[in-house]
Amino acid sequence: MDVKERSSDKAAQEMISRMAEAGQQNAWDRLEAQSPQCGFGKQGICCRLCSMGPCRISKKAPLGVCGADADTIAARNLVRMIAAGAAAHSDHGRDIAHTFKMVVESEQCDYMIKDELKLREVAARYGIKVEGRDTKEIAGDLSDAVMAEFGKQEGTLVSAAAYAPPARQKVWQEFGVTPRSIDREIVEIMHRTHIGVGSDYKNLVKQGIRCSLADGWGGSLIATELSDILFGSPQPIRFSANLGVLDAKQVNIIVHGHEPTLSDIIVSVSQEPELIKMAKDNGAEGINIAGICCTANEILMRHGIPVAGNFLQQELAMMTGVVEVMLVDVQCIMPALGSLSDCFHTRLITTSPKCKIAGAEHIEFHEDRAVEIAREIIKIGIENFANRKAKARIPKVTERGIAGFTTENIFYHLGGRFRASYRPLNDNIINGRIRGAAGVVGCNNPKQVHDYGHLTMIKELIRNNVLVVSTGCSAIAAAKAGLMRPDAAEKYCGKGLYEVCETVGIPPVLYVGSCVDNSRILTILANVVAEGGLGDDISELPVAGAAPEWMSEKAISIGMYFVASGVYTVIAEPLPILGAPNLTRYLTDEIEKDIGGKWAFERDPIKAAGMMIEHIEKKRDALGINVEKERKLYDMEERRVLEV
Amino acid sequence: MSKIIASAGINGAHKIAKQAEQILAKAIKQKGKDCKVEFPNTGYYMPVIYSITGQAVEKLGDFEQVIQEIKSLLPEPVADDLWTPYLGPVLDAGMATLFAEEIIEACKYVIGPNPVDGIWLGAADDVILRERGIQFVDGSAPGFAAIVGAAPDVETAVKIARKCQERSLYVFMAGHHNGTTFAEQLAQAGVELGWETRLVPFGREITAAIYAAGFASRVALTFGGVKPGDYKRHLLYNKNRIFAFVVALGKVTDEWYATAAGVINYGFPTIADSDIPEILPTGVCTYEHVVSNIPHDEIVEKAIEVRGLKIKITEVAIPVSVSPAFEGERIRKEEMHCEFGGQRTPAFEWLRMRGTKEVEDGKVEVKGANVDSVEVGGKLPLGIVVEVAGRKMQADFEPVLERQIHTFMNEAQGLWHMGQRDINWVRISQTAAQAGFKLEHIGKLLHAMFHEQFSSIIDKVQIKIFTDESQVTGLREQATAVYAERDARLAGMTDEDVGTFYSCTLCQSFAPNHVCVVSPERPGLCGAYSWLDCRAAYEITPTGPNQPLPKGNCIEPTIGQWDKINAFVLKTSGGNIERMSQYSMITDPMTSCGCFECIAAVLPSTGGIMIVNREYPEMTPCGMKFSTLAGTVGGGNQTPGFIGHSKHYINSGKFIAAEGGIKRIVWMPTMLKEEIKDAFIKRAEELELGGEDFLAKIADETTATTEEEVLQFITKAGHSVTSLEPMF
Repeated sequence: MDVKERSSDKAAQEMISRMAEAGQQNAWDRLEAQSPQCGFGKQGICCRLCSMGPCRISKKAPLGVCGADADTIAARNLVRMIAAGAAAHSDHGRDIAHTFKMVVESEQCDYMIKDELKLREVAARYGIKVEGRDTKEIAGDLSDAVMAEFGKQEGTLVSAAAYAPPARQKVWQEFGVTPRSIDREIVEIMHRTHIGVGSDYKNLVKQGIRCSLADGWGGSLIATELSDILFGSPQPIRFSANLGVLDAKQVNIIVHGHEPTLSDIIVSVSQEPELIKMAKDNGAEGINIAGICCTANEILMRHGIPVAGNFLQQELAMMTGVVEVMLVDVQCIMPALGSLSDCFHTRLITTSPKCKIAGAEHIEFHEDRAVEIAREIIKIGIENFANRKAKARIPKVTERGIAGFTTENIFYHLGGRFRASYRPLNDNIINGRIRGAAGVVGCNNPKQVHDYGHLTMIKELIRNNVLVVSTGCSAIAAAKAGLMRPDAAEKYCGKGLYEVCETVGIPPVLYVGSCVDNSRILTILANVVAEGGLGDDISELPVAGAAPEWMSEKAISIGMYFVASGVYTVIAEPLPILGAPNLTRYLTDEIEKDIGGKWAFERDPIKAAGMMIEHIEKKRDALGINVEKERKLYDMEERRVLEV
Repeated sequence: MSKIIASAGINGAHKIAKQAEQILAKAIKQKGKDCKVEFPNTGYYMPVIYSITGQAVEKLGDFEQVIQEIKSLLPEPVADDLWTPYLGPVLDAGMATLFAEEIIEACKYVIGPNPVDGIWLGAADDVILRERGIQFVDGSAPGFAAIVGAAPDVETAVKIARKCQERSLYVFMAGHHNGTTFAEQLAQAGVELGWETRLVPFGREITAAIYAAGFASRVALTFGGVKPGDYKRHLLYNKNRIFAFVVALGKVTDEWYATAAGVINYGFPTIADSDIPEILPTGVCTYEHVVSNIPHDEIVEKAIEVRGLKIKITEVAIPVSVSPAFEGERIRKEEMHCEFGGQRTPAFEWLRMRGTKEVEDGKVEVKGANVDSVEVGGKLPLGIVVEVAGRKMQADFEPVLERQIHTFMNEAQGLWHMGQRDINWVRISQTAAQAGFKLEHIGKLLHAMFHEQFSSIIDKVQIKIFTDESQVTGLREQATAVYAERDARLAGMTDEDVGTFYSCTLCQSFAPNHVCVVSPERPGLCGAYSWLDCRAAYEITPTGPNQPLPKGNCIEPTIGQWDKINAFVLKTSGGNIERMSQYSMITDPMTSCGCFECIAAVLPSTGGIMIVNREYPEMTPCGMKFSTLAGTVGGGNQTPGFIGHSKHYINSGKFIAAEGGIKRIVWMPTMLKEEIKDAFIKRAEELELGGEDFLAKIADETTATTEEEVLQFITKAGHSVTSLEPMF
């Protein structure tokens, strides 16, 4: 085994070697064991939706028992994956909405409204009167409005209409994919894909689009907005990344999963003098909280809490032998952690009733007793410090970076308090210093060399003056490689992008948060459109999206809502549809006429970046901004036309 | 590179903020918190602080809140490694710097050293603001260059200043470098400084740059209709209307960087002669933010390009430069080569309309001795006859065009003109004469300028210049007869004689609801537009701001309302003003933009009115200074009991005719009395009020400063107002 073929991350390489030495299995080993993987499954043409099957499509048997062909089967499978992804994001949003409701309704509560300004902004977008009203009243109305988004039976999603550019909404209306309510679109996918319901692949995809929009502009967006209100809107902040952030001398508590509700409290409680003292009494120097996956992103964006690693590093982190508690909530938590934790002193604790894991102990989290539960868990960690079995094996690898960019604070950082606007961004896209922007997001997948896809693509993009925004495990990969250091601009960027980064003082890759925070990318794009000069719709912008190491169903939902928002989206591992020729052609080509964006599949990150750049230049040509223009000089008459 | 600028700017901001805190503490210690603080004879309090935050600073103690604001704006220094974004913070630091500089300069007015000292002028007062600020709105000044520091030598300084003047740019000066300043360098070279020549030295320290920002802020408040505290609009107004830029000459200190960052908020970029870092990406300013290492002979052109400014330079084939910036230049006797008129020699200027066949376009004839035949310090008679022809030319436009001779001649560098008709006075400087300037160049200049500005009514222009005494006196007789004829025609012209008034919406760019209705007996409130001017302007630009207004049916003759005029006012005021009276200040009075020469205000207990002119800086009997009154009257709203008007209107037969005309005037400043004296006495005599006697019955600041004192004075003087009906 060559560790370099598994990961490009030095810390990961070291730990993969150690796991091999110790005879411990990890995701890469299990992938090998699984290989070769099922070709029918890969191509999406295996149907097990009823007991007449399972059916699989081949030349010999081109139809399932019910008569479904490859396109129908693959489309059903695909939109069911979208339903699952949307459900995951939106259920996350729902939980935050419940916490928000609790804050509004109870007098005594461990949570509070931390960002009143954002509360007012979000409420105003929802059409709630804010002037002259107190916070509690506004929050009450917003809570009701947000709750209704999940299950209402009439009308359409308020958030999609409140945030998306008008031209984009018109496209949705005309194509008939305006989302109605979050849960309804998910449920409807389950119905439509049941045996004997829809078989027209395009009509199935249409529902997949509508469901994904209910995720991006609905469930995910609600999660982001309410998290900012409850936990504070992020501001640019320094942080450290990679396994080296674990500290042998401290009690290490890793928070892993996706939601900020418990972890945010863990962060604040962990610094209580009483607990620090207890840690010291137990022989530790202090309490070190570190994150993995999007739980990390949530607390990193707001508190600068270090991130130990991304998805493929969860087992590796436990392998260091210094993790007293690995606290998990939901999503992307490998069941393998259960058995791995048996080999160490690490206490794997599940907290969500939705996510219990064999081999883990369960301490159920209740928002109304958040602080109490957080203290209890930290105490377990402290008490466990003395139980370390093996020698600490922490790779001495860390990198630092800047996180905390949001749709809202970009205004400030481009013009200060008095001239806050997106103008400099639009201006420098128009003048070509920045060719365009790309969202590079998504997971890790052992089918790609860990982090390699993200890093290679990002470097290629910024070298070509494409500004990158990043979330999730992709963002963690970039951070670990130093791409979120502000001085990375000089090292990696083309001249134009470097000049802009240097002017603003930003890294060339902007950390915008967790995977629900992909909604921030949507709202950033909406703001770019609103700022003007780059067309009326997101589909006109010189931008592209990518998930170079995706693996989860959430990634499919994200990809689809970007495509349906007008963004060209390139992913590495193809969607499981290649066995369905018409569906493949539709999603990678014809869909663009219907919705403005389309999918592309390319495993080579350099080639994929090239495709994105080509698309960006095509959009620039269409906008007429690739033509060298003479500097406009203004006389008095021409000035009078300018807006003041 | 901009990281270096951000670091230096933030450091500089901290330094200047500290300086502000110290001087404020000192001022409060010496004078107390309640001590009044202001820039003398200006409205809008501390204009930068007021326009951005909306806070009206009136006392030293009020600055304490501003200090808190400054502290909230001051960011942490930029980290050497792993820095967080600094563009937003450095712009905030810049704004904090401007607030701090305003505190520093204002405190200097309180505890010294007085900012007004020698060549240094300090804050522009409101008269200057109105006169000069409007040029930034109407386009006669394309922008201003804030020059900080000093050129490497005097010669370079003069070259840069002249280049700015030739482009009609104002030059605002502050800050020093290498022991000297740009202004001192100009003074050393004998260049005339001051608002008249558009070369304005504010102060020796960089903090005096605040007067440039303050001037820009006051322009936005006065002419842009921007509300105090509406910083977004305020700064956007400056970015898109006031095309200013900073030229940094010499070592750029932290304090300079901080100030430059402050005005980047306004959209004003910095162009430096030294090798400092640059900020080329665009967005806050229209184009680049900081451009450096520019050679001195290119720096003005480069600055203009960076700011995105288009300037038309009037190219006239004469040996001297031509620009409005030279209009205010005086030529003292010692600098003079020769002079004409001015009671020293017979002189006149006369523009007349001729048939198209009688005018040969471009022909310039000089008859008699020329400049080069006169000894230095000598004099000659001068007759200038401008003959114009054009299909749209009318005899009525002759005086309108003739008045332009004054402006056109003054715009030539080294040529100075005063007066008009047969009381004109012209000087040519030695420098101009040495450059080869002769009398035919006056002809060429006038030919070019008339064509440039009046091409829509004039097709041909020829100029004859006479210096032979007998020829001059002979022609002058003809001209004098024409002047008299014109005066008679004008004097006799009443509102009843014409069926059409003219609108003037020139000021709608800054007072969107305001419309002036100009009639023969009520000129525009700015004093610059008579009915004839409007008519000529309409002919010149038929789609322009002066439109003919058929009166329609008279609704009420005393207050002066007509149906079609009301309909027009309703429409052009955006539905704001339903009715407008031409002759009343009580019933539906005319609105005001902000440019009025005078304000008339009712003094209720006296039954009369007071009139104050813009130049009068002191308190008036109504309890408000002109600047405060202006805020009440301007902005396009009807305010019964108050009107803005021209000086000329006071002596009109229709001056507040509905309320009894000049009989109502109970108070005017002596300076205004003096200015309008001749015509006023004549008018008083016509009304049988007893000429000079009546003027003496009107109180002024020497006899009354409060309404009560006015009442006492007029009662004692036996002012006729006491016999009139109450005004309302």
